[in-house]
Amino acid sequence: MLRLENIYWDTPNGTNVLNGLDLEIPDGKLVVITGPNGGGKTTLAKIIAGIYTQKSGRIMLDGEDITELDITQRAEKGISFAFQQPVRFKGITVRKLIELASGNTMSEHELCEILSKVGLCAREYINREVDSTLSGGEIKRIEIASVLARHTNVSVFDEPEAGIDLWSFSNLINVFQEMRKKLKGTLIIISHQERILEIADEIAVVADGRIKAMGKADEMMNILMNSNGITGVCSKQEGLLK
Amino acid sequence: MKKITEDLLRQISEWDGEFKGAYNIREDGACAGRMSSDNIKIESKKDQPGLEIHILPHTIGETVSIPACVTHGDVDDLVYNDFYVGEYADVTIVAGCGIHTETGEPARHNGIHRFFLKKGSKVKYVEKHIGTGHGTGLRSIDPVTECVLEENSVLEMDTAQIGGVDRTSRNTKAEVGAGAKLLIRERILTEKEQTANTEFEVELNGKDSGVDLISRSVARDNSRQGYHSVIIGNAPCTGHSECDAIISENGKVDAAPELHAHDNDAALIHEAAIGKIAGEQILKLRTLGLTEEQAEATIIDGFLS
Repeated sequence: MLRLENIYWDTPNGTNVLNGLDLEIPDGKLVVITGPNGGGKTTLAKIIAGIYTQKSGRIMLDGEDITELDITQRAEKGISFAFQQPVRFKGITVRKLIELASGNTMSEHELCEILSKVGLCAREYINREVDSTLSGGEIKRIEIASVLARHTNVSVFDEPEAGIDLWSFSNLINVFQEMRKKLKGTLIIISHQERILEIADEIAVVADGRIKAMGKADEMMNILMNSNGITGVCSKQEGLLK
Repeated sequence: MKKITEDLLRQISEWDGEFKGAYNIREDGACAGRMSSDNIKIESKKDQPGLEIHILPHTIGETVSIPACVTHGDVDDLVYNDFYVGEYADVTIVAGCGIHTETGEPARHNGIHRFFLKKGSKVKYVEKHIGTGHGTGLRSIDPVTECVLEENSVLEMDTAQIGGVDRTSRNTKAEVGAGAKLLIRERILTEKEQTANTEFEVELNGKDSGVDLISRSVARDNSRQGYHSVIIGNAPCTGHSECDAIISENGKVDAAPELHAHDNDAALIHEAAIGKIAGEQILKLRTLGLTEEQAEATIIDGFLS
């Protein structure tokens, strides 16, 4: 179980983004975190991965206090993070990146298993560099593959739908559905997309730096889809399903 | 052959106790071993130090290795090696130089290599430079490469300085004929107080000639690098020059790509990017479980690979 208690975080210029956020995510669940733009969703994801350090508050993973652990230490504890804007590397091949993620050298067959889950043919990609020669959709899929290769307890995906085409998006939904079937740990997806919300076990709405509502997916979808209900959940509507 | 030479050979060439194909080993300015093959003749020059290497037309798939090693300080080695590559030959040439010093005396190797590629020939030229040892004497390697590419020939240069060389001045000139292609991949790592200057001058003289020049460099500590490329398009041709550099600590890089289009159908491009390792790159690798130091080393290794 992942638990965040009373988390505060400010931008370097002092703007308050997370404002006493509390969140509890049980094991074996696919949780989608949604909410208006600027509400603190990506910040929350980066706090979980240790990319941002909270100003105050506590983070517990399976009963262990990981608040003071840095990015590397949290990765070692089994937290993975897929960036919204994947990073490009000149000279690092797809094979190398996936092997770094898995922590082992991998056969072409093993690489193929991982890459085919995100709709890529290993033979065409493993020796390509993770650089600007890859399209936005391709690099996004490789980013997701780098998280799949880790087989970790907590996988966080920050707006995985951003920047990919419709075909890739459909494929992505299948990937998450497959992950959900075999899920042992926790899958956290930051998203605005209705189709991603629909496959969630639970949905949490983040706005104004706090969890405004959280519950089972069908109940939350009713609230979110109700034209009046949204105002009861969020102070701002932009960026949500409307 | 000295033990130090053997150690250097392992690092700069494919040597594993022997060479596959023709070879000449230069050790402290003298010949430490030579073998020609039926198709590749290696002979000493008569008027100056160095070799003439003649590769017969239609020689396919053979390799010739001509490494040079300097095993101690107080050596200033100058060598002139000429390669004559026959029509439609397709071969690999492995050069490279290793310098080892354990004293305060300087050691230098200056290799002047000339390549004459006949019509339709194809050469892969691999050159690695390295410095080793605890000596405080200056280790310098100053390669000069001159190439003449005749019609439809291809020269692919893969040249790397992988560490330990205190000072280098690298000079490459090429004249490229009709349909001929010159591909250059250069990788340089400098650290501490080292300096590296690299100059390219390529004249594209024939119709549909081309050059693709990519230089990747890393300047760490207080080291300094200079990159200057000149591509001159005298005919309908394509030219591309790319200099990517990573700087860290107080490393400095000066890059100046120059293009001269002297024909209306010359298509020339240059790119240069210099900067430190992007913070996002470090973060991404750390989310995979690498430490900051491991992430930086991985990024640099990949960049120079």
